[in-house]
Amino acid sequence: MRSVTLLGSKALGLTIDRLCFQLIEDHGDLSGSALVALQPRGVLLGRRLRDELTRILPGTRIPYGELDITFHRDDFRQRSVTAPSAPTDLQFSLDERRVVLIDDVLYTGRSIRAGLDALLQYGRPASVQLLVLIDRRFSRELPIQPDYIGRQVDSFDGQRVAVEWGTTRKDDRVLLMTSEP
Amino acid sequence: MSDQLSTRHLLGIADLTTEDIELIFRTADGFKEVLSRPIKKVPSLRDITIANLFFENSTRTRVSFELAEKRLSADIVNFSSSSSSVKKGETLIDTVNNILAMKVDMIVMRHPDPGAALFLSRHVDACIVNAGDGTHEHPTQALLDAYSIREKLGKVKGVKVAIVGDILHSRVALSNVHCLKKLGAEVMLCGPTTLMPRHAAALGVRVEHDLDKALRWCDVANMLRIQMERQGGDGIANFPSLREYAMLFGLDRARYERIARDIVIMHPGPINRGVEVTTDVADHANSIILDQVQNGVAVRMAVLYLLAAGIPRDHSGA
Repeated sequence: MRSVTLLGSKALGLTIDRLCFQLIEDHGDLSGSALVALQPRGVLLGRRLRDELTRILPGTRIPYGELDITFHRDDFRQRSVTAPSAPTDLQFSLDERRVVLIDDVLYTGRSIRAGLDALLQYGRPASVQLLVLIDRRFSRELPIQPDYIGRQVDSFDGQRVAVEWGTTRKDDRVLLMTSEP
Repeated sequence: MSDQLSTRHLLGIADLTTEDIELIFRTADGFKEVLSRPIKKVPSLRDITIANLFFENSTRTRVSFELAEKRLSADIVNFSSSSSSVKKGETLIDTVNNILAMKVDMIVMRHPDPGAALFLSRHVDACIVNAGDGTHEHPTQALLDAYSIREKLGKVKGVKVAIVGDILHSRVALSNVHCLKKLGAEVMLCGPTTLMPRHAAALGVRVEHDLDKALRWCDVANMLRIQMERQGGDGIANFPSLREYAMLFGLDRARYERIARDIVIMHPGPINRGVEVTTDVADHANSIILDQVQNGVAVRMAVLYLLAAGIPRDHSGA
């Protein structure tokens, strides 16, 4: 397995800061919006964004939820993992809110499709946008595109993007892994 | 941590491993959350067809399975023996094979004969869920009972559960004993000697004939229904009268207060009010009878979902 660092800890920190300011530019103090991160890996990014936004906008409560999409996947009965990986925690209605769906890596778009399906069971949002840390371009199987992108990468099918959140922020990094032939 | 059941059918708790039960509970947690959403429906089983075959009366189990199936988006057909060709003398295998010929993937069956679900699983090609087979097992009831205990007390391991009443005729009792023991609970069976199976102690449980002693011992009392329809004779061949049964084995307010500590009260329903429990006990704050019913849907969704995961897609409906 060969791996290339796409984002080191410093670049990752700057990218997250930039994403926060982009969100603030579009959503103001986020009171009429909601951040909804997908389980299991999107929530690690989602929590980080929530924490950074709270730091940048002291005193504001960022409406934040976590969504499990297991029961909405389109590959049920085609792969082995079936039980929910982590719980949904969404304590408010999404009616009329501007929702930002959050995941770490956008690849085929199928998880996001399932996420949209699950999301709409909590109400009718005013709008839904998509925020991803890594956009693997040219690999989409569904017509789904992100609105906020940390970094775009071009990659092959056999490659894998790993977002690693360390125990301290110094250890955070994003890797592009290629298996040796 | 496995994410698949070790079995293709749910015939009884005896066939499940402890990991299977824990997987069902974990999945049921997810469905409980689904049931709290404004839209209580997920698309997982939209390409699965389920036949509900009820050869015996049922309200709760039938409605609960039906709701679970609908909330998983499965297509369902209902069938009860009173309105079917069973009355014309058709055998069980023929009836089921005819239903399967119409592309049905799963069968949920309640039947008055013990072993009917096992028999069917050996002779037809579909996933079978036992919704009660005579006096043998009622696995989903035991799962939802244990799930409700886990929810109320935070654990099942080490909890002392007394199962009280008509043990002899109860499929709920046998399934509960298997399920609770697999999860590490201590189990006591309590009832009149005439309603206690002769070899009850062989199940590895305590046996008690004095309700007050049982109540002093337990953390949870599961008060079973007197199975009038299985007593034989005039309905109460195994004890002198319902009044006497209620005096010796019924839980009323005075008896409950004598315990002087909180124990959880359960009943699988339907309640004979004033016999197994009185109204003020059934509606007591420590009674989780309605939670049991509510959890039944989530637990049955988990069972159907996990079993359906084992049906290969290319085989679907074949």
